[in-house]
Amino acid sequence: MAEVLVYVDHVDGAVRKPTLELLTLARRIGEPVAVHLGPHADEAAKVLAEHGAVKVLAADAPEFAEYLVAPKVDALQAAYDAVSPAAVLLPSSAEGKEIGARLAVRIGSGIITDAVDLEAGDEGPVATQSVFAASYTTKSRVSKGTPVITVKPNSAAPEAAPAAGTVEQLAVTVADSSKGTKIVSRTPRESTGRPDLTEAAIVVSGGRGVNGAENFPVIEALADSLGAAVGASRAAVDAGWYPHTNQVGQTGKSVSPQLYIAAGISGAIQHRAGMQTSKTIVAINKDEEAPIFDLVDYGVVGDLFEVVPALTDEVKTRKG
Amino acid sequence: MSLRIVVCVKYVPDATGDRHFAEDLTVDRDDVDGLLSELDEYAVEQALQIKEAADDAEITVLTVGPEDANDALRKALSMGADKAVHVEDDDLHGTDALGTSLVLAKAIEKTGYDLVVCGMASTDGTMGVLPALLAERLNIPQVTQLSEVSVADGKVTGRRDGDTASEQLEAALPAVVSVTDQSGEARYPSFKGIMAAKKKPVESLDLEDLEIEADEVGLEGAWTKVEDAAERPARTAGTIVKDEGEGGKQLAEFLAGQKFI
Repeated sequence: MAEVLVYVDHVDGAVRKPTLELLTLARRIGEPVAVHLGPHADEAAKVLAEHGAVKVLAADAPEFAEYLVAPKVDALQAAYDAVSPAAVLLPSSAEGKEIGARLAVRIGSGIITDAVDLEAGDEGPVATQSVFAASYTTKSRVSKGTPVITVKPNSAAPEAAPAAGTVEQLAVTVADSSKGTKIVSRTPRESTGRPDLTEAAIVVSGGRGVNGAENFPVIEALADSLGAAVGASRAAVDAGWYPHTNQVGQTGKSVSPQLYIAAGISGAIQHRAGMQTSKTIVAINKDEEAPIFDLVDYGVVGDLFEVVPALTDEVKTRKG
Repeated sequence: MSLRIVVCVKYVPDATGDRHFAEDLTVDRDDVDGLLSELDEYAVEQALQIKEAADDAEITVLTVGPEDANDALRKALSMGADKAVHVEDDDLHGTDALGTSLVLAKAIEKTGYDLVVCGMASTDGTMGVLPALLAERLNIPQVTQLSEVSVADGKVTGRRDGDTASEQLEAALPAVVSVTDQSGEARYPSFKGIMAAKKKPVESLDLEDLEIEADEVGLEGAWTKVEDAAERPARTAGTIVKDEGEGGKQLAEFLAGQKFI
């Protein structure tokens, strides 16, 4: 069976969920071979093996942390040369897309980004994408070279499929030309303790109607009662009420949770582009004409400062 | 010596319009108005600020696209770019990201450059890979996804805000930069800027000028193929209730019914 390279997204060996989803999708088109760059490959290998990685190609070099993206492209290319895979899969993060793009140029292959599903086809893997603010669903394939495909988080449920997951060291030479962009300093983001926005099963977002940073705790309280991530519309972010890293929409994060709750968000096209593929959509807005209500499974026309706290209380009561 | 800045911009269908696919599964450009991609306005803005901070700099705005794409160039010129290059060729119809990066890279080399500035993504394809593709093709550093950028002493520095960390980056010129919508509001063209733009030079190039064969680009030369595009079925109308004191409770009831609570 053909091998499929899966680029591992991890924090110090703690594998992030989108990678487990990639392994699940990779098994539809071949045998997953994981590529782990950076420290703690042995720890990662256990989780990767449980999810179907037949092999883990591991490399660690200081250059991965000292320079932006390019050294990781060198490493992934080394893995590509070692395996001759049927496809290369990466998570659809900013870095995943950039690594995939540069690899595609080097190996003369096409690239598809932001796939939401993947299946085997007669002429290679077929990727489903959601485009034009999710108003269209397309199916595409790479027609030249080895398909390089990046997949959005929440595109598949990770399935356990125990495999050998043998760790093999990958020899990597980082080219001088890959040391062009120095990472001078790095400030880790402070953890809020809430789930990651793109990975969360439930997202509660606040918009213009929240009317001030001081009111966002109302949104956070609902999120915490549901174990959800907190999102914000661009209007709320531009007003400085919530950090840009929490922005949902075309220029922020694109989310596809089981449940999306929009509070005080009118639903401009730019916002819809980032949340329209959510499975269940709920909105709370004073304006019954707000375009968000065209998308909802359930909508409440009302003041979010009345409805959201009442909902939070009810959730807490029901959860006991 | 003059700092040569090239800003890559894209002419895109208006996202607030009714966007759809043509029969050949390329983006239908006839039925919806086009404009300069909003995210590229941030790139033009940062280029202008870099120029303003430099002793001597010149901004060339570059696009690949059909005749109408000229509108995007005019907008950038009216904001303050100095000149424009328009790559236009019938054989470019249907070119994908890899093909576009090939054309842009050749045009950038022909124009001459010290710094290439791009938006973080286009507002139509939204792939966000073009800056990395250009860095690879031009074999120069990529300093991408910046929310802050500055150029001094032959170096570009900037801040990249990622999911898990915020990084301070540095590279020697020449380099490819991409900026996010957090980099700073784009200026509106002034009346004077709009009038001045009419007189600024727009150079037109075709594939022959760039020594690119027709079969390397276009729909036939694309590295990817769209096999099917289907309009997403409209969502069935949801339940909408008016809050008369019970809205929160009713919503909780709905969420419980869906097993979210």
